[in-house]
Amino acid sequence: MKTKIAMTGAQAAAEAMRQINPDVVPAYPITPQTPIMETFAHFVANKKADSELTRVESEHSAMSVAVGASAAGARVMTATSSQGLILMSEILPIASGLRLPIVMNIVNRALSAPLNIHCDHSDSMACKDFAWVQIYSENNQEVYDNTLLAQKLAEKAELPVMVMQDGFITSHCVEEVEILDDEEVAEFVGEYNPEFSLLKDNITYGATELPDYYFETKRQQADAMEKAKKEFIEVASELSKLTGKEYGYFEEYKLADAEFAVVAVNSSAGTAKEAVGSMRKKGKKAGLLKIVLFRPFPYNEVGIALKGKKIAVLDRSESFGAIPPLCAEIKNSLSGEKVQSYVYGLGGRDLTVQEIESAFDDLMKGKIDNKTKYLGLRE
Amino acid sequence: MTTFKEIALKEKRIVSGHTMCPGCIVPPIVRIILAATDKEVVAACATGCLEVATTIYPRSSWNIPFIHNAFENAAATISGVEEAYTALRKKGKIKKEIKFIAFGGDGGSYDIGLQSLSGAAERGHDFVYVCYDNEGYMNTGNQRSSATPYGASTTTSPVGSARKGKQNFRKDLTEIMVAHGIPYVAQASPSHPFDLFMKAKKAFEAKGPAFINVLAPCAQWGIKQDEAVEIADKAVKSCFWPLYEVENGKYKINLKPEKKISVGEFAETQSRFKHLIHDNEMLEKIQKNIDEKWNHLINLEMEK
Repeated sequence: MKTKIAMTGAQAAAEAMRQINPDVVPAYPITPQTPIMETFAHFVANKKADSELTRVESEHSAMSVAVGASAAGARVMTATSSQGLILMSEILPIASGLRLPIVMNIVNRALSAPLNIHCDHSDSMACKDFAWVQIYSENNQEVYDNTLLAQKLAEKAELPVMVMQDGFITSHCVEEVEILDDEEVAEFVGEYNPEFSLLKDNITYGATELPDYYFETKRQQADAMEKAKKEFIEVASELSKLTGKEYGYFEEYKLADAEFAVVAVNSSAGTAKEAVGSMRKKGKKAGLLKIVLFRPFPYNEVGIALKGKKIAVLDRSESFGAIPPLCAEIKNSLSGEKVQSYVYGLGGRDLTVQEIESAFDDLMKGKIDNKTKYLGLRE
Repeated sequence: MTTFKEIALKEKRIVSGHTMCPGCIVPPIVRIILAATDKEVVAACATGCLEVATTIYPRSSWNIPFIHNAFENAAATISGVEEAYTALRKKGKIKKEIKFIAFGGDGGSYDIGLQSLSGAAERGHDFVYVCYDNEGYMNTGNQRSSATPYGASTTTSPVGSARKGKQNFRKDLTEIMVAHGIPYVAQASPSHPFDLFMKAKKAFEAKGPAFINVLAPCAQWGIKQDEAVEIADKAVKSCFWPLYEVENGKYKINLKPEKKISVGEFAETQSRFKHLIHDNEMLEKIQKNIDEKWNHLINLEMEK
């Protein structure tokens, strides 16, 4: 049975965590992630979750506790943003290198300097190559669904997973979210009984590997990430049966017959849907590709979905001195299609429907080149 | 009463075949400590000599469950393991009793890992933390740490015409841990293995965090392979490294040398101090510091 509840994106993440009921949750506050852990702390204080909530002294220790607890056989979830994620970043490749299925909600926020607490994707994009699965969420409902999906996927693939949502835009705004029954979620994620754990096996975690073994270990991780693509679809179809919704590597919105397409992640996909609708009203064949699974990246499928179209890619983070991260992956998926890169919304600046329409206008006028353009920037 | 023979006959929880330097005192320290409980133990270790040299894949010298995470987070890591244990025991998934211990060098404990250690101690996890203090970054080739004593020559505090060795006195991590108000804190030395064993036993039995700081004389102090124990003994007898423990806030000095040897007698055994031997000004400064700290310790013992 599904229940509709009005909640913020942060509450949606916390609600999914409550239903998953992880064994250990290391927590450290940072804006705009804080309401996830505040909400979850209330669940623990009121026995609505029986997790050990470890209130650590930094995000570095949050991820270190997560690694220790996960290696000990516990189901572990945490959450962070921005500087917190970057402070954790030393331990992120250790979590994935040890193949620990930690699930972490990321509330996307800009990186300092200058200090800025608002949304962009510089934080999670900086962590794209740490062998964590990355799933992006357009709205509160997707935060909830993706967190459930992430938990099951992480344990199946033996890989850690990040679930992204936009700081403030998603994390602090109330929407209606369809929630599954606690029992349904418990059954969906199942009991966690890992093959090995520190509490049961005489095992050495975190060994030194010299040039004679290290390379093969990394290759196994690469294989696991590749395999996670298929596993994502398997888990998604199981979740589909419960929610009645469809999940995929990406969402195609009026894309099939579109001549002009924008590509985006997270909440801007919602804005882009408005822009597509408005373009369609004007008789223009506009469409949207919203990427959900960013790591592992579905190159072939994206290539097929965008084949023959003129494309604008909207990145909410820079890759200074290089092609912005989302655009780089889109270009790598294509063979010859024209792609215009746009960077927008850094530090939380709003992206308007009109700005996306202006990107469509550029595509229609053939104003496409290799230089990144900026939306909503004073120049 | 446990005898040395009994300790020696216990199952080895760290076994030979590792690549620690010849004569390194750290594996015997670890072995004695791990013999001090008969319960199952899970160990965490900071990046450093002990970790690198005991876990080169596909071999491991650890005969118990072991985890290495990174350099500065052994305490946070073992606190995560202990949290998992608490959670899984509560859910009935783990029935047996398990003890938790973390090892770190002075770099991983006094310096880069201090925050992680402090956080785990404050949170009150039931674990033992052992710092094997070889007074510098020895795994990377003898650089100064905040545990390096005043005057010692290291590769980053060398002796030159303008400066002679380290210019700062060492940080007192043992007292920092006492300030956390945890149930058990001790300072120990491999020159007094039975004292070390008893301290480890108390640390394992304490409910909550326990900390033991163990001096670990290192070849890079400029000593011979077979001298570590002897030099550790001089460190104790000169009161450079007093043996004491603080149980629930109560200080106890475990060894009061009948005849305190001078710091010069301790220093002359190690080439890291050789420039000091004829520098009376520096020696006096060190002696004064040792005497002040020793007297302070005696006062603390009398007070509480």
